[in-house]
Amino acid sequence: MSVMGDPGTKEPLSLEDLEASAGLRTGRKHTLSILVENKPGVLTRIAGLFARRGFNIDTLTVGPTDDENVSRVTLTLDGALHPIDQVTKQLHKLIHVLKIRDLDPDGTVSRELAMFKVSADGQTRAEVMQICEIFRGKVVDVGKRSIIIEITGTNEKIEAFERMVRPFGLIEMMRTGEIAITRGRSET
Amino acid sequence: MRAVDAIMECLKAEGVDVVFGYPGGANMPTYDAFYDAGIRHVLVRHEAGGGHAAEGYAKATGKVGVALGTSGPGATNLVTPIVDAMMDSVPVVFLTGQVRTDLLGTDGFQEADTIGITMPAVKHSTMIQNPSELPRALHEAFYLARSGRPGPVVVDIPTDLSRAEIDYEPVTDVHLPGYQPTLEGNAKQIRQAAKALAAARRPIIYAGGGVINANASPELIEFVRAGNFPITCTLMGLGAFPAPDRQWLGMLGMHGTRAANYGMDEADLICAVGARFDDRITGKLSEFAPRAKFIHIDVDPAEISKNVPAHIPIVGDAKNILAKLAVEYRALQADSGRLEEWWQRIDGWRDKYPLGYEDSTDTEIRPQYMVQALMKATNGEAIVTSDVGQHQMWTAQYYDFPAPRRWINSGGLGTMGFGLPAAIGAKVGCPDAQVVCITGDGSIQMNSQELATCVDNGVDVKVFIMNNGYLGMVRQWQELFWEKRYSQVKMGQSPDFVKLADAYGATGLRFTDKTNLVEDMREALNTPGPVVVDVRVTQEENVYPMISPGQAARDMVG
Repeated sequence: MSVMGDPGTKEPLSLEDLEASAGLRTGRKHTLSILVENKPGVLTRIAGLFARRGFNIDTLTVGPTDDENVSRVTLTLDGALHPIDQVTKQLHKLIHVLKIRDLDPDGTVSRELAMFKVSADGQTRAEVMQICEIFRGKVVDVGKRSIIIEITGTNEKIEAFERMVRPFGLIEMMRTGEIAITRGRSET
Repeated sequence: MRAVDAIMECLKAEGVDVVFGYPGGANMPTYDAFYDAGIRHVLVRHEAGGGHAAEGYAKATGKVGVALGTSGPGATNLVTPIVDAMMDSVPVVFLTGQVRTDLLGTDGFQEADTIGITMPAVKHSTMIQNPSELPRALHEAFYLARSGRPGPVVVDIPTDLSRAEIDYEPVTDVHLPGYQPTLEGNAKQIRQAAKALAAARRPIIYAGGGVINANASPELIEFVRAGNFPITCTLMGLGAFPAPDRQWLGMLGMHGTRAANYGMDEADLICAVGARFDDRITGKLSEFAPRAKFIHIDVDPAEISKNVPAHIPIVGDAKNILAKLAVEYRALQADSGRLEEWWQRIDGWRDKYPLGYEDSTDTEIRPQYMVQALMKATNGEAIVTSDVGQHQMWTAQYYDFPAPRRWINSGGLGTMGFGLPAAIGAKVGCPDAQVVCITGDGSIQMNSQELATCVDNGVDVKVFIMNNGYLGMVRQWQELFWEKRYSQVKMGQSPDFVKLADAYGATGLRFTDKTNLVEDMREALNTPGPVVVDVRVTQEENVYPMISPGQAARDMVG
């Protein structure tokens, strides 16, 4: 068998196939979990990199880790729009980026916190609270004409909840963006 | 000791023998330390000149260049050299002054957010927060600048911290957990690449500036010889493989040779080494090398499959990968006869489409002839720096570079004004070499003040201005693509470059006749001290051949 195939054809070999596909778009949402050194400007560097390379961040969260010198950035982006492989390689070039994991959706538990301020008067309050209960949300504040609900879950769940309460009058919504952790014993 | 004195100790420990810079308010402590540090400081006439000089030094010597500027305008004047160094992967450490920490963020006098301004264009940057961290930050900067894929590193030093007293202890180790460049190529991938090369019937080696950065020229030559492969180099890679040579196809890309571009177009396997498939190489990406598979060797994983998907990626240092690849390839004992047909095809192109131009029938100097004459006058052995434009392309086409680090130009960013200061840096770094700057009547005026630096510091560079009275490359594009609507490209009244040289204390000459051009040039080269030669060439000459922008290599014109 010829390694290269006949001239004029472009079918790659299996191993090469694997590598060649690395730059292609995957078409699904990706969650990148990034450990960074806790240095001034590190978030600016990440944000600037995304801006100048034309990558669009869907959500971004930053928080401390169990090591005070290290922070975790969790960001989600659309693999239909971006070659994720190129995104992670560019991120790796930032000196303060220590580790990047492109989390496998099946092996990951991800959560987002959201707060909804919904119109709810005497007539509709019970109904809104019922929906809240179904979604295992928590009522954290009640006013005469509105109610604030706290809800955690995957972003699909939060979006579903949003669709349910929107008809009642959604005054305001706050979402934190996703954080994610891998299943099993290995570190994220 | 003062933090600035520690800076001097660090520079010495890094083997720095010369820096290029310009003092100002915020870096006065550093200049006070230079007063008796015993490190040579070349005072430039503009910070951009200092930055480009540091680049020229780095490119000519392979060592890390150092450029200094003060805060605010000093730092912003360094922005172009910083971006230039990023685009061409040049190892340079930029030390900028910054206002006192209590003034930071107050729009203080000569305050600019240097870190913020340069962030998109540095390999790394850091503003010193605590004077005691200065030595470590400096050593990290040098390590980052020279290792992996080289690049610019900015260290921004607030003036109050630079004069603070610190306990200096020499730093002997640098530990950057987030930076571990891959240097060893994957053995399996190398073997795979060797197999692919052995099976290819129309292979071509496409080498770029990364080969020169990796000092991998001997390994490249050995590898190319081992397989009897045809080789072409990018603008940045010229000299990585000695020209002329039977296996050498010339430069590829927009103004490359037909043999090189057609070779890429018809190849069944392209082995890219330290090159990044720039748009000036690929032309129309969708029609680039339609029949080829790609081996891509690069120290920067982000370059692999960035523009063109690689079938066999090999991340690592070109020097050790090429050495191993040559061994693996030889072990396969491939039938060298399989390339005969390919070589015939290539030789056919070479015979049919040699580089050429129509020489004048009178005494007028064609620009291409000027480059050829300069090559003869320098015996092809000079370090040649260039600016950006037609003269740059003609030099790349007509000057055969026999060795790496002889051709120094601004390829990625295309910075006019690069040539003269880069020549200064090259000459300072390689005092025994003949250093020549080929420039244009447009480009020279972007940093001509550096003639004062040459004269004042006794930097013996020879500047040859290819004077056609136009911003020639833009004029060419207006002629070809803008219906000859020549907008703002005629230089009109340029200074008398002979008098300009004279005013700076350099020697000024003017050549207008091709009859004894080589002899005239030899004379200029033998004139002691800096020399500026105003060479009057044909005004409206175009650089050919050419891949028109957005077109495929197949459709070269001229």
